[in-house]
Amino acid sequence: MMYLKAFLVGGLLCLIGQILIDKTKLTPARILVSYVVAGVILTGVGAYQPLVDFAGAGATVPLTGFGYLLADGVKKAVASDGLFGVLRGGLTASSAGVAAAIFFGLLMALLFKPKDKS
Amino acid sequence: MTNREYEKLNQKKSPNSPLLKNCICAFLIGGGICALGQGLGELYQYAGLEKLDASAAASISLIFLAALLTGLNVYDNIAKVAGAGTLVPITGFSNSITSPALEFKSEGLILGLGAKMFVIAGPVLVYGITASVLYGLILYLFRLA
Repeated sequence: MMYLKAFLVGGLLCLIGQILIDKTKLTPARILVSYVVAGVILTGVGAYQPLVDFAGAGATVPLTGFGYLLADGVKKAVASDGLFGVLRGGLTASSAGVAAAIFFGLLMALLFKPKDKS
Repeated sequence: MTNREYEKLNQKKSPNSPLLKNCICAFLIGGGICALGQGLGELYQYAGLEKLDASAAASISLIFLAALLTGLNVYDNIAKVAGAGTLVPITGFSNSITSPALEFKSEGLILGLGAKMFVIAGPVLVYGITASVLYGLILYLFRLA
């Protein structure tokens, strides 16, 4: 059941992105930025946590989930560390994902050859 | 032929954006990646990780898979069909780092690979972190946390 919910909600978030690409000519970079910021805002107003509870990875795997991680981390850090938490929370919560993306990106770029541009 | 005429001709010749087909592909492949993430998360939970750690481990696995498939030049071929279906999931973020890192390796390890890997991920981090700091300030100033 959880797989189906993850599939449907995750698919829907991607479908919205596809409509944005086809209808508004937003570049992929803008889509990614919009999704992360939207995730922060939706989490801030309390709309994203219920979606995470409902759909699991369907809400955490799309990039709005990255925004959710940032916002949720900040909230917890402000609660425990006060003003320091404002700066500390976001990166602390997302550190593993960011470090993984950078490290694996570097590793694969060193291991493989770029494709031919023909 | 003037530029404008050429543009008109171009518009006429290029096929109508097959919106429905694109949307179905994005939905199925994007949904599939999320379902895979759900499966990995449950697998890690079964292996003994706590729920939050299992979810993080699932994301890291997807990031690794996407980086590997980008290196093997497989991810970009899936992306041609999937569109936003491979862009919006965290795998798209991973691909957006690995792909330029690989492409600009020839321009050097520092200003080529090292700098260009952030061409898309950089803005994502800049605006994502800024939004989280602003949200944190609001929480702190209004004593909401």
